Amino acid sequence: MSVTEAPPAPPAEPEEPRKLTLRKPSTRKRLVPYWLLLPGILWLVVFFALPLVYQASTSVQTGSLEQGFEVTWHFQTYVDALREYYPQFIRSLLYAGTATILCLLLGYPLAYLIAFKAGRWRNLVLVLVIAPFFTSFLIRTLAWKTILADGGAVVDVLNTLHVLDVTSWLGWTESNRVLATPMAVVCGLTYNFLPFMILPLYTSLERIDGRLHEAAGDLYATPATTFRKVTFPLSMPGVVSGTLLTFIPASGDYVNAELLGSTDTKMVGSVIQSQFLRVLDYPTAAALSFILMAIVLLMVTFYIRRSGTEDLV
Amino acid sequence: MSVLRWIRRNLIVIAGLLTLAYMILPNIVVMVFSFNKPKGRFNYAWQQFSLDAWEDPCGVADLCGSLSLSLQIAFWATLGATALGTMIAFALVRYRFRARGAINSLIFLPMAMPEVVMAASLLTLFLNMGAELGFWTVLIAHIMFCLSFVVTAVKARVMSMDPRLEEAARDLYAGPVQTFVRVTLPIAAPGIAAGALLAFALSFDDFIITNFNAGSTVTFPMFVWGSAQRGTPVQINVIGTAMFVIAVLMVLVGQLIASRRKSNARN
Repeated sequence: MSVTEAPPAPPAEPEEPRKLTLRKPSTRKRLVPYWLLLPGILWLVVFFALPLVYQASTSVQTGSLEQGFEVTWHFQTYVDALREYYPQFIRSLLYAGTATILCLLLGYPLAYLIAFKAGRWRNLVLVLVIAPFFTSFLIRTLAWKTILADGGAVVDVLNTLHVLDVTSWLGWTESNRVLATPMAVVCGLTYNFLPFMILPLYTSLERIDGRLHEAAGDLYATPATTFRKVTFPLSMPGVVSGTLLTFIPASGDYVNAELLGSTDTKMVGSVIQSQFLRVLDYPTAAALSFILMAIVLLMVTFYIRRSGTEDLV
Repeated sequence: MSVLRWIRRNLIVIAGLLTLAYMILPNIVVMVFSFNKPKGRFNYAWQQFSLDAWEDPCGVADLCGSLSLSLQIAFWATLGATALGTMIAFALVRYRFRARGAINSLIFLPMAMPEVVMAASLLTLFLNMGAELGFWTVLIAHIMFCLSFVVTAVKARVMSMDPRLEEAARDLYAGPVQTFVRVTLPIAAPGIAAGALLAFALSFDDFIITNFNAGSTVTFPMFVWGSAQRGTPVQINVIGTAMFVIAVLMVLVGQLIASRRKSNARN
């Protein structure tokens, strides 16, 4: 075996027109893409796809830690898990959905600002958007405990403006505290996933030709109409990928719920985590995790179909 | 009235800056509280200014050990994910092969799945195999979830490359290996670097997947998580602030060099 027989480094070969090649490309050359794909794809199959199969099988097992688990096709686990933990599921979807909408509402003006208004400050603002990433997100989430602390500035201001009276009437906060309430969790989720909304929004806004705005203005469109009829539709790819990048991780998150919330704000991620790592009830945990996956994938597929942007991959 | 009109005209700018403030506020709090001298075990309320933590950043047991472990894992995960991901990206853009659709979805799915699902299922695999949880299981998991992001980053760059440059190299009698090393790789480098940076950041800051698959191994995010229950030492804020300052400085220096080079090229 000569040295050249080793899988060659990817030669940059554009496909030659068939007519000119006298013989078929050698087998070795035809195998090049497979050699390139093999290690990475194998990794994903063994450590991403196969685990999902294991999890599916675990979810229909019965048994105990001492005696071992056995596949008994016990689908009742799913029914029981849903019956017991449906509040956490609904809460997860509700919190993640609210956080996604808030991210869109908060993130759009900032992305717009960077794309069209920042001028020579553009790079600086972009750095400021990405900069928080450089401090561990757990530390930053803990900082919200300080910001929203009882008797702190934020709570005082909200109290003076009687905002907390309204929000506590709606059940979002308690009458004199924000920490350990749904609002704190949603606030943390929104904060943590904002950059994932802003960056795709910015990318798609930046591609818009500024002359389109001028044209709309020339055709007597008010700024609001220009936004509604020109800017927003053109930024749809960013809106779709931004909402997905926010909603998917937020729906499975348990860090914000655990650090900023209380037992009444637990999300489904917390339940999966404690079933797996503390209660050690593997079938229930696997079933919960599977239901969450199914819900998210269904919602994502439906959403991508509806918005007609399938070239996200 | 003119104030109201000014606000109306600059509504977007004001709203954008408010969002920016919302995003930066926690970083400022982290920074300020790195100079705090808390009374109890938790560093959530301001007491008095002190440089204690800055003078002794490793003064808490296991803190710097967990930090160095996180850096090591991030380093190897970046290396692994970047190598595997770059190869996949080249194969996807440059070659035709069977089952392209299936491979594309296999790469897309990890990015479209809540982290907790991947974490839990990977743990069932490790438990079934009887693998010992620790450094290696964490590394395997990190390479797995960083891979897709590297593929996406590198693919974008390779797609925008002009194939004629490589044809030109071949016309000038460069062999396939030489063409790849001297032409293809340098052009693809920014994409690969972007993918590697992303992988490093994702791995270093990962909590959920690590929490499931680390066993009793403690990475930096896991140390912070544990301290949220036991008591948060000020040193956590010191390290968070230092990482922030170093990273921002690196970005600024990079910008400076880039703009210098640009103006030199113009002259």
